[in-house]
Amino acid sequence: MANISREQLLHVANLARLELREEELERLEGQLNDILAAVSKVSELDLADVPPTSHPLDLVNVWDADEPYPCLTVEEALANAPEREGNYFKVPPGGA
Amino acid sequence: MTIDTLRLTAEDAARLVREKEVSGAELYAAYRAAIDARDPELHCYLHVCEDEGGDGLPIAVKDVIGTRGIPTTAGSKILENYVPVYDATVVKRFKSHGLRILGKTNTDEFAMGSSTENSAYGPTHNPWDPARVPGGSGGGSAAAVSAGLAPWALGSDTGGSIKQPSALCGNVGLRPTYGTVSRYGIVAFASSLDQVGPVARNVRDCAYLYSIIAGRDHCDSTTVDVPETVLPEGEDLTGLRVGVPTEFNEHEAIEPGVRDAVQRAIELCRELGAEVGECSLPRSVEYGLPCYYLIAPAEASSNLARYDGVRFGYRAHAEERLEMYQRTRDEGFGDEPKRRILVGTYALSAGYYEAFYGQAQKVRTVLIREHAEAFERFDVLVSPTSPTVAFELGAKTANPLAMYLSDLLTIPSCMAGLPGLNIPCGLSDGLPVGLQLIGPQLSENTLFRVGHALEQAIGFDPVPVRLR
Repeated sequence: MANISREQLLHVANLARLELREEELERLEGQLNDILAAVSKVSELDLADVPPTSHPLDLVNVWDADEPYPCLTVEEALANAPEREGNYFKVPPGGA
Repeated sequence: MTIDTLRLTAEDAARLVREKEVSGAELYAAYRAAIDARDPELHCYLHVCEDEGGDGLPIAVKDVIGTRGIPTTAGSKILENYVPVYDATVVKRFKSHGLRILGKTNTDEFAMGSSTENSAYGPTHNPWDPARVPGGSGGGSAAAVSAGLAPWALGSDTGGSIKQPSALCGNVGLRPTYGTVSRYGIVAFASSLDQVGPVARNVRDCAYLYSIIAGRDHCDSTTVDVPETVLPEGEDLTGLRVGVPTEFNEHEAIEPGVRDAVQRAIELCRELGAEVGECSLPRSVEYGLPCYYLIAPAEASSNLARYDGVRFGYRAHAEERLEMYQRTRDEGFGDEPKRRILVGTYALSAGYYEAFYGQAQKVRTVLIREHAEAFERFDVLVSPTSPTVAFELGAKTANPLAMYLSDLLTIPSCMAGLPGLNIPCGLSDGLPVGLQLIGPQLSENTLFRVGHALEQAIGFDPVPVRLR
């Protein structure tokens, strides 16, 4: 049975770049444990010899013609930027 | 002439315009008037457009589908001010047929949900009973079609988001075979599952809209060549082999009224000439749901990493970058995306990957094999689409697992990349019951043929009783 501790939850939240507030941690912790308990059901099956499926179609090496076609302009690409400087997306300094 | 948007099919609307009985402007205005009259109560639309002219039919578009110059929020606060600078391929395709956008329809945030209650902009109400949910995630598109606020609509489906709301609203919805419709320009949720598909008032309209959007797209390398769509005619099902999977029809979660309506439809298949037989897919229902709720969140945790406040979407103020990412995502995402990001990140993290994500991928293979085996004996499989009729708003919001059960019967075929069609097959307690038809990959024409034949034989009136 899976059980996620507060420490693990904070670790996973950090990996996902989610800053969870205290009241959210309280609420989500119980719900996540219920969900993980339910999905753990997949471990009941012995599937050692079964290959995994990552994708439902039998496609291998899809090629496209090597020809240029129109793409976004710089202005279009920056149109939704929260903050820009010249032709760059601007972000606060430091951190990971 | 008066245009009754509640009854008019897209096919008839096109004919009226072609024969100059009504102008394109009058047609568009009729739907706008219906929206003005009924949408304040139902909240199907997040954004309503202005007529840009032309004679093409109007269409509603789920708000996870990118539309150039028209806000596209995916039902999330994190995309509140996002205005795409390009059209999704499906939008380009329907525009090339002259179709005109009526507006963007409500959805659970990032299409994660089964009731449209997870929308950051408030829920949509079911046109049959506004105290009830329209299903989800595409509740806005399904409710809009049933309430006469659009002749047809586009939805998207990851684990049931087209079929289940169509079932709960009493109309026709197709989740196409994985790979037949381009996802380029769609807000991604779980890329090995996401499909775009049509919602319509009847099967012929559904088939026609599918023919417009389906086809290979060089911008989406998962698309394949698609057989030509045949618009269905006639009622004869002679020679068709209909399978009734026990686990999909006798699960304890299925309400008696739903089971009865579906049993009558199965009996009709026999009367129309089909051979009906039972079959078993022993692990698909039992393990489909846990398999889905590992794979979809795992893929979502990766897809939603792009919402970091850098290039588009909401950004929270912070002095330092890591803090900016974390606060942006905490303030921008609602509870359901957060739950799925956390479950997905956990299932993919070191030490848990094999037991969770790896094992779920193997279960997926089992589901694919079970379906393939059934299709050696049958052309289509039938079952209820949703185990229940529309439930009351708020009934399941506090319990995510209870909400997840809504997709119990739609999920297995989605995992296998198979097409599924919902058609209404009757009422239970005055609310629509949906019948699910599943076929092998690329069998859309068979589903249209069976769906159309049953639709004629059932004679379901798709107009909600309270609006007649």
